[in-house]
Parts: sequence; C-alpha cells; structure tokens
Amino acid sequence: MLKKNACVFVLSCLSALCAPTALAAGPTIKVGFPIPMTGEIPKVGESSKFAAELYREEINAAGGLEVGGKKYPLEFIFEDNESKPETAVNVTLKLIERDNVLAIIGPQSSRQAVPAAAVANDNEVPMITPWSTNPEATKDKPWVFRAAFLDPFQAPVVADFAAKQFKAKTAAVLFEISNDYSKGLADNFKGVWENRNGKGSVVAFESHGPKDQDFSAQLTKMIAAKPDFIFLPENYSFAALIIPQARDLGYKASFMGSDAWGSAELMKLCGNACKGQFFSTHYAAAGAQGKTKEFIDKYNKKYGYVPDDVAALTWDAVTLIAGAVQKAGALDGNTRAMRKKIRDNLATVQEFKGITGDMRFDAQGDPIKCAVIVAIDDKGDFTFKESVCPK
Amino acid sequence: MELFLQQCVNALQWGSFYALIALGYTLVYGVLRLINFAHGDIFMVGAYIAFFVSTALLAPGLGLSREWTLALTIPLTMILTSLVGVTLERIAYRPLMRKGAHRLYVVVTALMCGLVLENGNLALLGASRKTLPQLLEKNVYDFGGIAVTNLKLWVIFAAALVFLVLHFVVTKTRIGMAMRAVSWDKFALPLMGIPLDSVIVFTFTLGSGVAGLGGMLFAMSYPVLEPYMGAMTGWKAFIAAVVGGIGDIRGAFVGGFLLAFVEIMVAAFLPSTFRDLFAFSILLLILWRRPTGIFGKPQTTKI
Repeated sequence: MLKKNACVFVLSCLSALCAPTALAAGPTIKVGFPIPMTGEIPKVGESSKFAAELYREEINAAGGLEVGGKKYPLEFIFEDNESKPETAVNVTLKLIERDNVLAIIGPQSSRQAVPAAAVANDNEVPMITPWSTNPEATKDKPWVFRAAFLDPFQAPVVADFAAKQFKAKTAAVLFEISNDYSKGLADNFKGVWENRNGKGSVVAFESHGPKDQDFSAQLTKMIAAKPDFIFLPENYSFAALIIPQARDLGYKASFMGSDAWGSAELMKLCGNACKGQFFSTHYAAAGAQGKTKEFIDKYNKKYGYVPDDVAALTWDAVTLIAGAVQKAGALDGNTRAMRKKIRDNLATVQEFKGITGDMRFDAQGDPIKCAVIVAIDDKGDFTFKESVCPK
Repeated sequence: MELFLQQCVNALQWGSFYALIALGYTLVYGVLRLINFAHGDIFMVGAYIAFFVSTALLAPGLGLSREWTLALTIPLTMILTSLVGVTLERIAYRPLMRKGAHRLYVVVTALMCGLVLENGNLALLGASRKTLPQLLEKNVYDFGGIAVTNLKLWVIFAAALVFLVLHFVVTKTRIGMAMRAVSWDKFALPLMGIPLDSVIVFTFTLGSGVAGLGGMLFAMSYPVLEPYMGAMTGWKAFIAAVVGGIGDIRGAFVGGFLLAFVEIMVAAFLPSTFRDLFAFSILLLILWRRPTGIFGKPQTTKI
C-alpha cells in the first residue's frame, strides 16, 4: 500500500512537472511545434523555437492575441522530433491528442514533414510546415500548408544560376538517399539539367546513407567524371563534411547548395572550405530591409546571432496562423470547429506580406513566392546575390 | 587504374579507423571473453576529449602553437580516454563479474553504458555539433592522378604503428603473456601469483587509449562531432573484428581494412545506394564459410 501511494505521489509530481502550463487560467490559443531539437539538424529546431518564442513574447507582453475584441494569450508547445520521421509522427499525434492544439507549425525538414503532414491531414488539424520543400508534404492534403517554395521551383533556379555563373555544361550530384528532401531535389535537378543540356549531362549521380561520414568512394567517382560543378542538395552538416573531403581528393571547381545549407551553424562546421560557394534559399539576412530587418535585429539582440532562413520562415508561419485565428472572429470552444475555421482562413489568404517575401497559396496549399541565391563571402557571411521569381 | 588506386587509398584511410576501433574490441574480448559494446562510444568520447583538450590548449590563456597543441593533445587524449574506459570497467563490469553474473549480463551492461555515454553527452553538451580546431596544415599531394593528404598518410601510419605495438605487447612481453593467460584460465591465474585485476585494468587502458587516438584522428579527418558518431562506426568495427576473428589482434587489423575495402569498392563500382547491402552480404558470405573469422579458432563458449 505504501509502495502504491509512493507511486501515485511520484506520478503526480511528474505530471505536475510536465504540465506547468496547464495551470494557467482561461482559454489560450494552443499551437504545437514538432521540431528537430536533437539529432541531425538541432540548429534548425533551435532557430524555429527561438523565432516562435520571440513572437509569443511580443504578443503576450501586449496581453495576448486579439480575437473578436478579446485578448487570448498564445501557448506554444515544443516537442522534439529527433530529426526522425517516426518520432515526428509520434509527437505530432501527441500534440493533437494530448495537447489539443489548434494548429501545428513544423516539422521543418521534408523527411519528417511528409509523414507528419499525413497525420495532421488525417486528424483534420491545420498544419504549416515552414521549411519543407518536397511537394509530397502538401500534395492532396487540404489541411497542410507551407511557407517555403517547392523543389520543382528550386531545381530550375539552381540550374539557371549554375549555368550562368559557372558557365557549366555538366554537373554531378551527391544526395542523401533516405531523405525525402535531398532525394526529391536531386531528382528534380537531374530532370531539369538533362532537359537543357542533353542526356548524360549529369555526369555522376551518387547517394549516401543517413549516418555516413566518409564520402571518398562517391567523390572519387564524381571527380573522375570531371563535372563543371557539384550540386549538393544536403543538410548543412553533410555539406560541411563533403566539401573538405572533395578538396582533399583534388577537386578544384565550385559547389552549389540548396536551402538546407542556410543554417547559422554551417560556417562554424565548414570553415574556409565553404567560402565562395553559392546556395539557393528563402531569404538573405545581409542587406535586408523593412520588416525583415526589424525581425533580424530583434532576433540578433535577443539570441546573439543572425537568424537563418528557418527562423524567418517559422516567424512567417506563426504570423499566418495568428492571422487565420484572428479572422475567425471569435475563439470557438469546440476545438474541431476552430481547427476547421483556421484551415479555411489559411486556404483563402489572398496576399500575405511575410518577412521572406510576398506570398499567396495555390490550390495545394503551396506558396507562390521568390527564391534568393546567396553567396558565402570571405568573412563567411551569407550575402544576397540575386533573386529569382516564378514566371 | 588511377581510379582504382585512388579508391584503394580511400579504403586504407577509412579502414584505419575501423582497425583502430576493432583492436580495442578484440583486446578486451581476447582477455575477458567480453564484448565491450560501449567501445564505439568510448571512441566518440575520445573525439570529444580531443576537442576539449585542443581548444583549451589553443585558448588565449595558454596560447600554445598548433604544433605543440597537436603534440600534447595526442597523449592527453589517450590518457583521458583510457581513464574513461577503466572507470567503466571499475564501476560497471567488475562488480557484476565479482558477483559471478553470467557474461550475457555484462554484455548488456556494456550496451547500456554506451547509451549512457551517448545520451549523457547529449544532455551535457547539447545537440549542437562541435568541430575540432585545425591542428595540422593540410597539404594535398598528387601522385600521378592520385590525391593524398598528409593527414591521410598519418592516419594510415598511426593504425599500422598501433597494430605493431599491440602485437608486440601481447606476444612478446610479460604483461602480454599475463593477458593471454587470463583468457586461458581466469581461475588458475591468481594461484600463479598474477594480479588478475591489474591485467584487466591494463587491457582496458590499452584498448580505450587506442580508441581515444582513433577518435582524435577521426575528428581531425571528419571534423563534425556529434554524440552518436561512435554508434554506427563502432558497430561496423565490431563486425570487422568478428570477421577477422575476434580475440586475435591480426584479425582486427585485417578485418578493419577488409570491411573498408569492401565498402568503398562496392560504392565505387556499383550504385552507391547498395553500399551497405552489398558490403554486409559479402561479409555474411565470409562468415558463412569461416564462422570463426579469418584468424579465429573454434571455441566452446562465445556469447
């Protein structure tokens, strides 16, 4: 009996520890964030969390978000998806069922966003994935939206720029086979490049696994094929490993990256090897103006570094959700009904002026917006090179 | 041909890391008949220790030059990592063995110690990755189309040297004889006046020290450190040790390079998607033909 009591006591202590927010009085606007706080891309999770907290603190300091004349505090719940697809599914379900969130923001990488999007859609919960660029994430999922452009758009942006900048006729690609984002973008790029430069102009198309650290076998093959440049649609941690290894094997030409490079941690890991390379992304911090600059300054002041694209996209996603909640006119006590209203309001956004550019949604819930090419300069800063908009 | 030779160099470098880790597995197994599954994570700890030691030595307070830092980091990393290995033995394995627990439980304990090291690191240092400061000016040499860096040559040299030293210690010295004696008959040994515990501690010191060196060289070659970096590499090195014949120093050395050759050559001449599938199928075939590994002898009690 004593044992049982002790058990109950411990359990209640634990639950009290786990749910301090549940004690807050009055209705709140609950949003869940299944984001990667550990695993392969921890910096992405940190950026998302920091940007979201910045937003929440600003709104809550003013008494909360005003919906139909009344102010409700924002309540954000962060869950770690460990950069794994299976964990992303679990924590998304947890947010929906245990925490009863009104909407979900995240996961960030397509590898987690694609499976989590299916969960959100099946449970009829509105979800915005800020950073995922793989078309599968929103395809035929009316409840899922995104804040980033798509790989089928990003691939020609990269191809056009490389052809112009490096005067390239041939390309080599190295990608992560188990990552929906990396594989999808690599396939898209191959299609676009071969369309323009003829069959066989992608001279090497190699892959690697999620835990690999040595790429010498693939790189030796790629370098032997003498490409004009190497395209790496990879997470920043892989880019930081691959580029120095390619240099060690005697490769001298350029690299081109995709938006997953755009983390604040890239230069810390990669050092000099990454300087002088280019990648396509969602926004460039250096030289930003207006609202974007305001956000960068606030973020930099609070956390001590310039926010990366994930932070900016998360900010836009939170703003979109907040806008959709406000548009509902009143906070409906019925969670299901409220979720439906948020979804409908998101789907009918005519024009949204975000800090990563203007956007509106197409029928699939994908934004129509511009991409940016960023150059990594000698100081390691991400500087604006050019902007490419959909035709 | 050049391409093939370049891939051979790649395999030699990658195999050196497998060999360095596999040597640690095999040493402990050879003496205690215990598979120390925490070994891959001790390798990870070695890489982190190298990171902390070198950053501390380069910090303005001490402000040593890069050459001095490199020269001091190697022994310090090896000593500190062997302390970690010995501590694990002292607090996790020895009490269990003393109580006469079956070897299976010690192996499971080792597995858990590995997880504790991984997640302890994650909790302590956070998920953000670390990178080792550059300690060696990298030079790329070109031998008729084959690119080699000075670092790669050092890595291969270090693995070969470590193998020769360990082989010498085990086969030619008194302590080596004692180590072989422990594996032969643990219970008769104290009767001969040989201090069993000292021999075991020495074995762990040697194995973990080598893992520390491996971790440091790994961090210099692949400068992105994360808590789980030792898990997969450690598993593969264990497989290399088994294929070579676990318990035999030559087996670990040969097995490490064999695994790397198979992995690299599969990726080089077949689609890289099939790398692990083909690599491990080939190893499976080898084990199927020789279940005790290349150098192994049949034994009645393996775990």
